[in-house]
Amino acid sequence: MEETLTLVVATLAATLRVATPLVLCAMGGLFSEKSGIIDVGLEGKMLMAAFFAAATASLTGSAWAGVGAAILAAEVLALLHGFACVTHRGNQVVSGIAINILAMGLTVVLGAAWFGRGGQTPPLAAAERLNPIFFPVAGDNVLVYVALLSVPFAWWVIERTRFGLRLRAVGEVPLAVDAAGISVSGLRYRAVLICGLFAGLAGAYLSIAQNAGFSRDMTAGQGFIALAAIIFGRWRPMPAFGACLAFGLLDSIAIRLQGVKLPGVGEVPVQLIQAMPYLLTLFLLAGFIGRTVAPKAAGVPYEKEH
Amino acid sequence: MSASRRPLPGWVEIGLLPLANIAMAFLLVGLIVAVIGVDPFHALKLLVLGALGSSESIGYTLYYATNFIFTGLAVAVAFHAGLFNIGGEGQAYIGGLGCGLAVLALDRYLPTLLVIPLAILASAAFGAAWAAIPAWMQAWRGSHIVITTIMFNFVASALMVYLMVNVLIAPGSMTPQSRGFTASAAVPSMQAALQWIGIAVAPSALNLSLLLALVACVGVWIFLWHTPWGYSLRTMGHNPEAALYAGTNLKRMTMLAMCLSGALAGGVAVNELLGVHHRLVLDFAAGYGFTGIAVALMGRGHPLGIVLAALLFGALQQGGAELNFEIPKITREMVVVIQGLVILFSGALVHLPRPWLQALFARKG
Repeated sequence: MEETLTLVVATLAATLRVATPLVLCAMGGLFSEKSGIIDVGLEGKMLMAAFFAAATASLTGSAWAGVGAAILAAEVLALLHGFACVTHRGNQVVSGIAINILAMGLTVVLGAAWFGRGGQTPPLAAAERLNPIFFPVAGDNVLVYVALLSVPFAWWVIERTRFGLRLRAVGEVPLAVDAAGISVSGLRYRAVLICGLFAGLAGAYLSIAQNAGFSRDMTAGQGFIALAAIIFGRWRPMPAFGACLAFGLLDSIAIRLQGVKLPGVGEVPVQLIQAMPYLLTLFLLAGFIGRTVAPKAAGVPYEKEH
Repeated sequence: MSASRRPLPGWVEIGLLPLANIAMAFLLVGLIVAVIGVDPFHALKLLVLGALGSSESIGYTLYYATNFIFTGLAVAVAFHAGLFNIGGEGQAYIGGLGCGLAVLALDRYLPTLLVIPLAILASAAFGAAWAAIPAWMQAWRGSHIVITTIMFNFVASALMVYLMVNVLIAPGSMTPQSRGFTASAAVPSMQAALQWIGIAVAPSALNLSLLLALVACVGVWIFLWHTPWGYSLRTMGHNPEAALYAGTNLKRMTMLAMCLSGALAGGVAVNELLGVHHRLVLDFAAGYGFTGIAVALMGRGHPLGIVLAALLFGALQQGGAELNFEIPKITREMVVVIQGLVILFSGALVHLPRPWLQALFARKG
């Protein structure tokens, strides 16, 4: 009995650990998508942030400097996305893909040039990391709590504030927002910057909280899983949070199921469980689970008439 | 239309604007190289030498370019239909599965002249099939093709790892790869082919798949600009409502465009598996799908432009490897950075230099 309890607690803790960057990323992406800016570049922002967090923490010896650098790095990419998509009305998906590829290359190029470890940063000492606050075993560092708080925060801002109302409006009918005398570009820039902030925190979590340093491509598709969670949650904070937890649970189960034979089924391929978030999202998108409701103006650049 | 989109003279639009975009990307690359602490001009010299300095390096440049032509064409065909196919990577990978299965089943029984065409067809068919599912989801279910093709890349990767580790692995092998193909399934290397007509070059990974890629270019050009289907496909990309009014079945056209796109991506498998590895291996398509986006954007979706862009990226890939050998401080990932910047400046920021060019040319034009 006690053994089962330990197993359950351990699995739940692992779920939370895995879900934290997904939650942060998904909440950030939600702001961007709600304003009508599709963000395929979550992955790249998170990766770049992870690199600068670990690099800065390693050079300064301060975890908080690392968090600051992570936010800064993600915001630079977020501004680039805004510059391309809002100011220059470029293709949002192309811009996001460019940011992903840029981050994939630049983190390794800079890492190799600065640290000479084939793209990795030096391993971080405990003092240079964000450490667990209450339960050392669970890994409940400060960013886990930030992630948990980010969900009600996102809900409150989007659903209950004037800014949130305008944000939703600009993602549905930007013309109406413009006609009301509110700047479409201004709103979208703010949304993109909020997204950068959260993606930066998610990146910092990966390299200086969950792991002790940066390794190449360490995001490994988590930005896309966060994107899937947004779709799964139908562009609403609470359901998206639920989707992140579900994906996190799948991942922690996958680790436990490795090589285990289930009665009646046999060995479940780990690859199947790893592909599960993507498969579930695909099923959802194909309309097997229900119709999805994206913001109407998502992906459409707004052209002000003169 | 706002004043910032005034038309430019044709030659500026086709020639100068893309060059200005690429120039900005490379200026930034030079800056990054300088930040790392290497003289950008010295690095450039080594890169050009590494890409074009010997018949061996030219061979490798063309070998990489072959892959980029395939994935570039794949992205371009879908783009002309208004579809953004990010799944080239997965389609090439699954194309490789088809290629490998065909060869493993047939290479002991059939002669070269039958095995290779069948393997090429299988690559194209599997690549097309992997693209057909997102295409169906887009056409009939209205799910966004960008998201679905990204997801399909991950699913393809998981599927291939599973199959390679559990099913297709050669008996007794420690690494996840299939048994070697027999000689009857090998696409001849360019060195062997050239020797046959009396030209001696150094051996490299370049093989006759390059010719297949060039044939595909001509085929895509004829299809898109000289057939009624190509006309409808491009009409759909420009204005779906007009295409619908003209009697095009948009759903079927979406399927056609994506299947063609996936089949072209499958060409990577021909070059890699039949031409170089001679067995089914993991991750042979890694990175080529994404480079295809850069190639297609830089080549402006035209086969000729794609060949030129593929040559440039092939040279970067090969020269980058040599550069890394000479200056270890600059890793091969510098090429990935360049790809990212090219996608940014030739894609998302394509209109950035327009006002400057307009100030220079629009009044005179």
